[in-house]
Amino acid sequence: MSTDATSRTSMLRTLLHRPYFWGLIAIALLLAVNSLKDPSYLAIGYNANTGSLVGNVIDILRAAAPIAMISVGMCLVIATAGIDLSVGSLMAVAGAVSMELLASAGGSAGAALAALGLALLLGAVLGAVNAVLISVVGLQPFISTLVMMLAGRGLAKVITGGQNTAASNETFRWIANGYVLGLPVVFLLAVLIVIAVGLLVRRSALGLMIEAIGMDPRAARLAGVNRRGLLFAVYIASGALAAVAGIFASASVMTVDVSNTGYQLEMDAILAVVIGGTSLAGGKFNITGAAIGALLIATLDKTVVFLGISSSATPAFKAIVIIALCLLQSQRVRDLFRARRAKTAPVTSDAPKEAVAA
Amino acid sequence: MSAAITTPPAAPTVSRLERLRQQLLSRADSLPTAAALVIFVLMLAYGEIAYGRIFQLSTVSNLFINNAHLIILAVGLTFVIISGGIDLSVGAIIALSSVCGVILANAGWNAGLVILVMILIGSTIGLVSGVLIQYFDVQPFIATLAMMFLGRGLASMLSTVPVRLDEASGILLLGTKIKLIDGPKVNDLVITPGVLIALLVVAAAFIILHRTRTGRTVYAIGGSEHSASLMGLAVVRTKLFIYVASGTLAGIAAVVYTARLGSAQNITGIGWELDAIAAAVIGGTLLTGGFGYVLGAVVGALVLGLMNVLITRDGSIPPEATTIITGGILLIFVLLQRAVISRQRE
Repeated sequence: MSTDATSRTSMLRTLLHRPYFWGLIAIALLLAVNSLKDPSYLAIGYNANTGSLVGNVIDILRAAAPIAMISVGMCLVIATAGIDLSVGSLMAVAGAVSMELLASAGGSAGAALAALGLALLLGAVLGAVNAVLISVVGLQPFISTLVMMLAGRGLAKVITGGQNTAASNETFRWIANGYVLGLPVVFLLAVLIVIAVGLLVRRSALGLMIEAIGMDPRAARLAGVNRRGLLFAVYIASGALAAVAGIFASASVMTVDVSNTGYQLEMDAILAVVIGGTSLAGGKFNITGAAIGALLIATLDKTVVFLGISSSATPAFKAIVIIALCLLQSQRVRDLFRARRAKTAPVTSDAPKEAVAA
Repeated sequence: MSAAITTPPAAPTVSRLERLRQQLLSRADSLPTAAALVIFVLMLAYGEIAYGRIFQLSTVSNLFINNAHLIILAVGLTFVIISGGIDLSVGAIIALSSVCGVILANAGWNAGLVILVMILIGSTIGLVSGVLIQYFDVQPFIATLAMMFLGRGLASMLSTVPVRLDEASGILLLGTKIKLIDGPKVNDLVITPGVLIALLVVAAAFIILHRTRTGRTVYAIGGSEHSASLMGLAVVRTKLFIYVASGTLAGIAAVVYTARLGSAQNITGIGWELDAIAAAVIGGTLLTGGFGYVLGAVVGALVLGLMNVLITRDGSIPPEATTIITGGILLIFVLLQRAVISRQRE
């Protein structure tokens, strides 16, 4: 029993030291606030007609899916000490091209597959353009992806001729609105993709090499890491994941709003990555953290609306989260905490142990 | 004898060419700014030939009146970018400051006081960014991103619909058009106090950046912050100053813009931080820091403004392609800078 207890406490301790621990706490807090307003907030019902679970939590999971996609891509990009500001615009491009194709090709499953493929391809190609500008031409990631952000939004508008194109295709709609085992398909797809990317980079040397070029490009080159190839892989992955997010976002309403789909979502992605404990300076990353960050952002979005605050005021709450996290992560505040702990330590040297045992 | 005299100058011709090349190379830094100027003139000439009525007092006046706020923002961004930082909060500052200003003015506050509050809102947000960056080691990108979210969110809490300034408000005086030259028909040289403010800001920024110790320190920080602090320069004070200045200028831009438009909304100024960054970069400010001109930012802002005029005049360019063109121009200038830098390294 005692070993059981210690293993549980050690698990708790490792969880406490995870960078995304505070993200989890914040999600729990937000859900608690919502439950205070409406005690049945967390309740999950079952809709026998569609074979689906329904409830606010399910809504949050559904909303988190597109954010999680771009956050995972952003996480890899930031690990190379880069940034990808174009993900929001690429979402719009992917949505625009798939909606245009479906509007003309009709409602067959083949058309849905073609739309999926085309959107993914376009996302990957535009990601590759970013990679060329950054790794071959040698521009800064910030400015290259900024150009792509401006051009991508324009491209989406040109594709649809400035209209908000709508289409109907049951297969495509199912991606965002269907259910498997009672859970939304988008959420399951998002989880699968996050796990796949996580396994790919962590079970191979890929993750280490990405971190290496983020830490010190020169040292990485001397160690024989192929910087150019990795940058291509990372930015193409980010572009393709943004396309997936764009498909999720446009499939849920079967319309693409060229000026609003994915608008400023790059900021949400960066925020999610920072919440997940990935340093913007590059050199380390945490995919799980980014996914939890995305979940926190979706929870925050839903909470603000649920509490009856105008959804356009959401950014202010995000700002508070960012500032609080940055302060928690900063050396100055940490030193302050450490100094206080050091001062109190000699007096109650046994206290931590007792606390752990309890 | 004549041959003896004519042969020696042959060598100097070569060396003169060489010297010219050397001089050009040593001046290569200012090449992007010169290129921006050339492009501006070319755009003017093209517009005059293709659409006519560009070299007109009224067109020039409108160019300045409509872009006064962008010029002010670009000047602020120039300081920030030269120091190697970035300020994404300026667009949101304009939203918060102008919505606040209009609401206060309509509540019966004195116009002068309202203007002061509007500017101070900008300074405060700039100060918070600066403190986060300097004392808590937050990256400029993320700190000003937080301020952008905060400003936009607060503005949305105040109002999500456009708020109009009372007709009698004193703030509108800053937007009144003063005829300097009365041309034929509507072809007048018109100026607003807003434009004068913008020109004053440019002059002040020029003096500070190019003629004072603070200005030199800004460049030094952009070159290498570590070296600058080792040299005993006032890095902390200067960095705070840079962000406070950028915020304050955004506040001033909000005053100028509100005075011209007479209304404000929470979505005012979305994407203006990018326009201002583009203006600074087009004007020859290096995004990596350490190099740039105040006057370059003015040219950059005018290039962007003129581009909008030309697109409207043309009419055949779909408005949805505007952002592609902005992106393209930005890319060309960044590539130009890149080429110049790699040239110098050789």
